[in-house]
Amino acid sequence: MKIGGHKVPVTAYIGALIVLLALIAILFAPWVAPYPQTKIVGGVWDPPNAHDLLGTDSIGRDMLSRLIFGGRTSVTIALVATTLTMIIGIGLGFLAVATNKIVDNILSRIIDVMLAMPILIFALMVFAVLGTSIPIMIITISTLESTRVFRLARAVAMNITVLDYVQVARLRGEGVGWVIFREILPNALPPLIAEFGLRFCFTFLFIASLSFLGLGIQPPAADWGSMVHDNAQAISFGGYAPLFPAGAIALVTIGVNLIVDWLLSIHALPSGTGAEV
Amino acid sequence: MEILRFIATRAALGVLTLIAVSLLLYLGTQLLPGDVASALLGQSATPEALAVLRAKLGLNVPAWLRYLHWLWGVLHGNLGTSLTSGTPIASALMPRLANTLFLAGYAAIIAVPLAVGLGILAAIREGGILDRVSTMLSLATISFPEFFVSYILIVVFASQLGWLPSLATVYDGMGFWDRVDATTLPALTLVLVVVAHMLRMTRTSTLAVMSAPYVETAFLKGLSRSQVVLGHALPNALGPIIAVVALNLAYLVVGVVVVEVVFVYPGVGQLMVDAVSKRDLPTVQACGLVFAIAFIGLNTLADILAALANPRLRGRRGR
Repeated sequence: MKIGGHKVPVTAYIGALIVLLALIAILFAPWVAPYPQTKIVGGVWDPPNAHDLLGTDSIGRDMLSRLIFGGRTSVTIALVATTLTMIIGIGLGFLAVATNKIVDNILSRIIDVMLAMPILIFALMVFAVLGTSIPIMIITISTLESTRVFRLARAVAMNITVLDYVQVARLRGEGVGWVIFREILPNALPPLIAEFGLRFCFTFLFIASLSFLGLGIQPPAADWGSMVHDNAQAISFGGYAPLFPAGAIALVTIGVNLIVDWLLSIHALPSGTGAEV
Repeated sequence: MEILRFIATRAALGVLTLIAVSLLLYLGTQLLPGDVASALLGQSATPEALAVLRAKLGLNVPAWLRYLHWLWGVLHGNLGTSLTSGTPIASALMPRLANTLFLAGYAAIIAVPLAVGLGILAAIREGGILDRVSTMLSLATISFPEFFVSYILIVVFASQLGWLPSLATVYDGMGFWDRVDATTLPALTLVLVVVAHMLRMTRTSTLAVMSAPYVETAFLKGLSRSQVVLGHALPNALGPIIAVVALNLAYLVVGVVVVEVVFVYPGVGQLMVDAVSKRDLPTVQACGLVFAIAFIGLNTLADILAALANPRLRGRRGR
């Protein structure tokens, strides 16, 4: 099958299948999950058995059901944070190009400093002052990560803004808003969609890491990262409990990455560009 | 002399970046709503209690003055006092810094030769088995969270095979080889996290040179592919490879935070995470500064080494 004149590789299908299955499971969680997420169904860290396909967690709840419900939190928060990241990053990037040199220079220099440090270190600083809650986490991550999107958005817009039709629009006397939304944005969409996928992977893993460190999503809400955190002790007793939520995180990320790799190959960008601090 | 000027400029830029980041680390927290006093006392604190604590912590002094005071202290090895324990931060940080450097160094000693060697092999046999396996491996390692890799290694090597301890317990006066034994699993995790990316980039850098005209000439005069890669392509690909290695070592700096927590290893990363959950801002700032120095230092070093390896890079990279 071809989409937009490009042959779709098998890996992209596998990725799409993983993402689709994960989405169905978490969207229809109450019908898919075998037990309610808070119901205690067995002993502490029961190994996988016929009743509890993936065993039980640290207080005897069904691991599979917890995973399906926890996925809702993980995926939703990562999606919200990624969307916000893209809006801020693209907005600032386009603004830098569409306005004048001074705005561009100020924005670029500030962001250069932000790029000189890993996001994790900055995020930990913010959490030390503000504490941890879901809104604070989403806003912090989006702000920090938008600096990474800014660069791409600015570069893409730079290439478009020198084209004749943008110059014509400016000479026609259109404002900054028109130039950004009617001229640049529609033509910059393809690479930005691939970037959205990459950013989602990064954000998803980043939030999982924060939750794992006990600094992300706090109880009673549960996501996959905090499930790894809560079940980590099982390893010392020879159990496998934390491997299931950790594996779920890995699986969804692989799925999205496989799709992104295909999207990137259309635009001839090297694969693995997502590995970034 | 050109090269000396480049090194001086690049080092100065590194110091400048570091100062900017330290400003952001220290003053950035001032822009946020709430301060250390309200963080310590919680939401139910009375205004009087807050005022007393602010005065005690010196929070009434203008922020820029406090920053200069802090920077002056840092330059003299005084990182301030921990809010929770009341002891100097430097005395808690230094042994942990040594531990973190030991772990990162251990990982780097394995990862760098492995990645560069395999990357060159993959470039020699482009499209071969190693090449394809490394593509899949790099997808896996950018998708797997560090703790997933850690737990798989623990289950296999500690729980099942019983070869290595699952917790990296170290103490003062521990023998060198005992220490190596205790930190092998966390070091292996870090190796797995960075090796694939480093390998891919080494391969890409080598292959990028392979399309140059002089490489074609080397082929045409009848050299074998490995002779061309090792003798002609590699020396010119060395600059980018060094840059990639340093970049990934800088990545170790971040990876180390999660890995230290998984293995309960007493390093700077764990100290920082602890301090964040206790909202001990001075300790968090000190740890942040340590990570900033390591990260920016490695990036600066990468640029300088890359320029030394390839004179053509001079001027082009030195913005």
